[in-house]
Amino acid sequence: MSTTPDTAPAVVPNFETDAGAGRKLAIICSKGSLDMAYPGLILANAALGEGVEVHMFFTFWGFDMINKKTMGDLKFTMLGNTATHMPQGLGGLPGMTGMATSRLKKSIADLDVPEVPQFLELIVASGGHLWACRMSADMNKLTEADLYDDVEGIISASDFIELTEGAQLLFI
Amino acid sequence: MPITTLAGHQIHVDAEGFLTDPAEWDEDLARVLAEQIGLTLTDEHWTAIRFLRADFATQGETATLRRISTVGGIPIKQLFALFPQKPAKKIAYVAGLPKPHGCV
Repeated sequence: MSTTPDTAPAVVPNFETDAGAGRKLAIICSKGSLDMAYPGLILANAALGEGVEVHMFFTFWGFDMINKKTMGDLKFTMLGNTATHMPQGLGGLPGMTGMATSRLKKSIADLDVPEVPQFLELIVASGGHLWACRMSADMNKLTEADLYDDVEGIISASDFIELTEGAQLLFI
Repeated sequence: MPITTLAGHQIHVDAEGFLTDPAEWDEDLARVLAEQIGLTLTDEHWTAIRFLRADFATQGETATLRRISTVGGIPIKQLFALFPQKPAKKIAYVAGLPKPHGCV
């Protein structure tokens, strides 16, 4: 290591990579459980922070993430989830889903990670786009009034495919 | 760990160019670093930079964008406007701190 000033050009981070220009990410959220809501939210937020254009499409059970009635009350259950490493029978006992949910919510809050509605607010403030699935809305007889205010529209699957042309895609 | 010289400031940087010793930073250097990435610092930029420095001093790690917003009180939209595209990394760079490691 030299202790005298060198004359090499300054090393400067390259924040505007060519590969990053015009990069788009499409995330399809199809699950309505608390544990499966977070992967999409976290990845969307991370991508936005890297200057990537992000479009999230909420479909089927994923509609619960943007339905005003359910978005703040998603649940986590041990049932059918072997990753809890607990006897499956336990998960069916009364109150277990409520307990598992409050535990998971606490772990998430302890990391200072926001709840679903505030997370969506963060994503929108960072420039992310939220879209609702037309068929899911029709099946559940929901309109834009029932959905989180920043959802930009209820659109068909083809509309979503069209507006995410060239995007990298995640299905969750 | 390369040593580089920017406008008379001799600094230790990592492979990407982020300062590795926060003590080598001063506000004069911040203006030079900002210039390197095409930014001219306004008072609003300084609010974010000074928060990041103060928070690092007490927390020992670089605040994420969400923390700058919730604890530092600067709206997310404003951070994206001030430091376009990659705000968290750009603020850290200008503030002479490591990139944030937190996910959210």
